[in-house]
Amino acid sequence: MITHPKPQELTEAVARWIEQIRPQLDPRNAFLARVAANALAAVTRELELSEAAKARAIERLEPILGHGGAYEGLNWELCEKLRAGDLGVETPRLMAVLRANVLDQLAIDQPGYKHEGA
Amino acid sequence: MRLAGQGARAVDAQRLTGGASMETWAFAIEGPKGRDELILRRRSAPFDPESSRSTSLAAEAALIAAARAKGAPAPPLVHLCDDADGLGEAHVTRRVAGETLGRRINSDPRFDGVRGLLARQCGEVLAKIHAVRPPAAAELKAADAAVELQRYEDAYRASGAERPVLELAFRYLRESLPEPRPPVLLHGDFRNGNLIIDPEKGLAAVLDWELSHIGDPAEDLGWICVNSWRFGRPDRPVGGFGEYEDLLAGYAAAGGAPIPLSRVRFWQALGSLKWGVMCLMMYASWASGADASVERPMIGRRVSETEIDLLNILEAGL
Repeated sequence: MITHPKPQELTEAVARWIEQIRPQLDPRNAFLARVAANALAAVTRELELSEAAKARAIERLEPILGHGGAYEGLNWELCEKLRAGDLGVETPRLMAVLRANVLDQLAIDQPGYKHEGA
Repeated sequence: MRLAGQGARAVDAQRLTGGASMETWAFAIEGPKGRDELILRRRSAPFDPESSRSTSLAAEAALIAAARAKGAPAPPLVHLCDDADGLGEAHVTRRVAGETLGRRINSDPRFDGVRGLLARQCGEVLAKIHAVRPPAAAELKAADAAVELQRYEDAYRASGAERPVLELAFRYLRESLPEPRPPVLLHGDFRNGNLIIDPEKGLAAVLDWELSHIGDPAEDLGWICVNSWRFGRPDRPVGGFGEYEDLLAGYAAAGGAPIPLSRVRFWQALGSLKWGVMCLMMYASWASGADASVERPMIGRRVSETEIDLLNILEAGL
């Protein structure tokens, strides 16, 4: 398989082109073009960050659930236990683990989002 | 020209941004009597995940009239469209001068003089809205906290998403349900972004009444405190421009039955949870092919903002 151009370079090239043509667009399309550029930026961040984020999430979930495994399975089990009330806000370390995992996702989705805990 | 008679013409029509299920157009009528600045609202999407909760534009018109009669500021209705207009479901209101963009209201120096007044004004206006007897013609739905929570949990389960923080929040809020209290008329979408702010006078008009329903008065107060509508100012809990205390004081001063802060915080948390589920639903409407806009899938990436906001509330306590 080829190594260049990397997928992040392709998304970056398209995002730059959108920024170039944006000033010529009517207000509605200028707004949608900004959304499109934001979507490409999120894809770029996902390509760069998601693999490491997933590995960190697995490490954090292991002590909470008592075993390791693939991320999807651990996440499903965590959801089931939260839904059933087997885990909750009083569970030691749980809130810190959820916070760390959500912050990793937020770094991909909306790194500029300002919240009360920032 | 039905609105202005012979010799008048509509000019300068421009679609305003924002609003995915409803088109909003600014335009003007120029005629013998001068120029009128107007707003046309028109339903554009045949289906929307929120539409089951929303009223018709005719109901919105009735609500605006009822709210204005109680002294709540809303743009005066000029015309409710019918078949002869050929616009489908639509109405025309007068354009109220001022700013609606939350980020500008919260950070532009033009609003420095009024920003500190806004939270109290919001409380006062909400008390007036909650005192309105619901117009029978509007056929509003009723929902308390338990009903709302169940509705959004059902929607979340149907989406197939697996989001641990949303699971935690559903369970936590179900165990923290406030005691029911007498239901009132709610605006239903009272938040920074749906308010017109005048740089001299402050709150000049409340927009977007189509999510109005009957329910817990704290719902409207909690919704404007949801961090997603604080536009970069999480340190100012009311809309990113004011303090809880001022919102509650304004509400009580204008005759609203006093509401404890914890009840507002409950609805703020439920508000973040609802917005998270709405983001999932908007993504789903794109994934199913019902809505092809580029906005919809991208809104699906806003779920994580509601998750961090929920964790902040749940850790601090209600």
